[in-house]
Amino acid sequence: MEALIAIVIGVLTASGVYLSLRGRTFPMVLGLTLMSYAVNLFLFVMGRLAIGTPPIVREGASYADPLPQALVLTAIVISFGMTAFVVILALRARAELGNDHVDGEEYPR
Amino acid sequence: MNHLVIAPLLLPLLAGTILLLLRSYDTPVRRGLSVLATFALVGISLALLLHVAEHGGQVYRLGNWAAPFGIVLVADRLAVTMVLITSVLAACVVLYAVRGSDHAGRYFHILFQMQLFGLNGAFLTGDLFNLFVFFEILLIASYGLLLHGGGRKRTRAGLHYVVLNLIGSTLFLFAVGALYGVLGTLNMADLAQRLSAVPAEDLGVVRAAGLLLFGVFALKAALAPLHLWLPGAYGHTSAPVAAMFAIMTKVGAYAILRVHSLMFGPDAGPVAGLLDPWLLPLALLTVVAGTFGILASQRLAEQAAYLVIVSAGTLLTAFGLGGADAFAAGLYYLAHSTFAAAALFLLAGVLSHARGTTGDRLVAGPALPRGQLLGGLFLLIALAASGMPPLSGFIGKWLILQASLREPNMAWVLGVLLVSSLLGIMALARSGSRLFLKIDENAVAPIPARVGDLAAPAALAIAGIAMVVYAGPVYEFAQATAAQLIQPGGYLAAVLQPATGGIAQ
Repeated sequence: MEALIAIVIGVLTASGVYLSLRGRTFPMVLGLTLMSYAVNLFLFVMGRLAIGTPPIVREGASYADPLPQALVLTAIVISFGMTAFVVILALRARAELGNDHVDGEEYPR
Repeated sequence: MNHLVIAPLLLPLLAGTILLLLRSYDTPVRRGLSVLATFALVGISLALLLHVAEHGGQVYRLGNWAAPFGIVLVADRLAVTMVLITSVLAACVVLYAVRGSDHAGRYFHILFQMQLFGLNGAFLTGDLFNLFVFFEILLIASYGLLLHGGGRKRTRAGLHYVVLNLIGSTLFLFAVGALYGVLGTLNMADLAQRLSAVPAEDLGVVRAAGLLLFGVFALKAALAPLHLWLPGAYGHTSAPVAAMFAIMTKVGAYAILRVHSLMFGPDAGPVAGLLDPWLLPLALLTVVAGTFGILASQRLAEQAAYLVIVSAGTLLTAFGLGGADAFAAGLYYLAHSTFAAAALFLLAGVLSHARGTTGDRLVAGPALPRGQLLGGLFLLIALAASGMPPLSGFIGKWLILQASLREPNMAWVLGVLLVSSLLGIMALARSGSRLFLKIDENAVAPIPARVGDLAAPAALAIAGIAMVVYAGPVYEFAQATAAQLIQPGGYLAAVLQPATGGIAQ
């Protein structure tokens, strides 16, 4: 299970890095989104993987670490807001610069 | 607990919220409220600084939960100094903004107050995850401010700035997650304690996380090679926003200093001095890269942006040297360079307006009415920014050079900083002569500069002069701050053992 999660996070991050290095704003936004998914998963599993244990402390019962869940909730909200902002900004850049290249100009192929 | 500690957070948050509700009201009401709140913030910061100087640092436990389980705000000397510098800068900037440049968009003052909220929070927090949250608050406010007014170049530079910072935030979270996964805490004092006893098999993860954190802070501090976003972003935004952003690179420098001294200091056992091999060489590289930029700049605002890079490099050189003297010198230089860079950005805004279509490009323009006043102010600010005696830049650089004399890398520090200062003086002298002495008879008619617009840059220049007149007390305070940073034991005890009360002097 740990290996699977690690591979998933690795693939998400690698795809995110690749896409965010692209020259057009839409793949770049997708890349940033994938990277934020990867980091959210990463934060979540930093409390260790546990099955069937609630994040509530009770006498005698095992419990999952609740803090990463709170952290990841905050991180999801922030990355969601930031993604919305960067989409609007990319649209505005498309309108003002006349194309969707991140540098605002087309380069000859 | 002293509730004064949380006041620098609550006041801008409250003012920003009220301004949001009042957004349909007349401009004078909103401007008045923003100015009032910013000046009240100066008063609160000053009161907090005096309190901390007298009674030692304060720890504020939110909800009265004990650290490391609860969230703490820590007002030690370093934090309150940064808060005071921010609020003084903000007061000058808001005075400039209400002269008309806040009219380009509807939400300037709301974003401005939120930016102050994020900045003060980042300085006062004692928790790594909250540092991330406050970074995001100040960044999202800065995105709005940066794009304020719009325009092609501004949008393009803004897109780069936003995307780079989003990637930085992602890396920050990876570092925070890795540290939590290994050490099980995010309170900075608790992290520092656990780092000194980290088991050998986790050392690799901790070092990777520490360097990742350094990379993120280096991006904010514009440390080479992560400085390339800064000239575009600062050079193309409006004058008050660029002036306010003079403190933004200092947030990165502050975070580096905090992490460097608290978590990776000499007492940190296996991770002691983690940043040492990187900080000084990269800081000197930043100075070199920024100096080339100053020489090559075509516009005054661009030149001021490169001056920000040079000052970030100089500041981190001081922090990289390590030791109480170097930290104290760096803190003096930090205050000076913030005020000098902001003054230059504001003056560039005034000149750009006055020179009509010529703007702040460094070419011959129309003969300016009130040229002597403008030129005199430029001379004053340029002397301070380039580090010429008798102004504050000279004292700051002199203190840093003096602190470097005992270091093995003395020759590199002296060589790079002195040559960079010389080239900086030459570049600023050339800019001054092109802006004020070379007259193009065919240029468009100038627009007379309003004397009131000069109040804010003049006030910042006066703040610099005050730092010369009161150099003794200011440097003494910086030395006491540096002593607190060198001995993080007081910080750890105050945060983790509630019975201790404040941070010992």
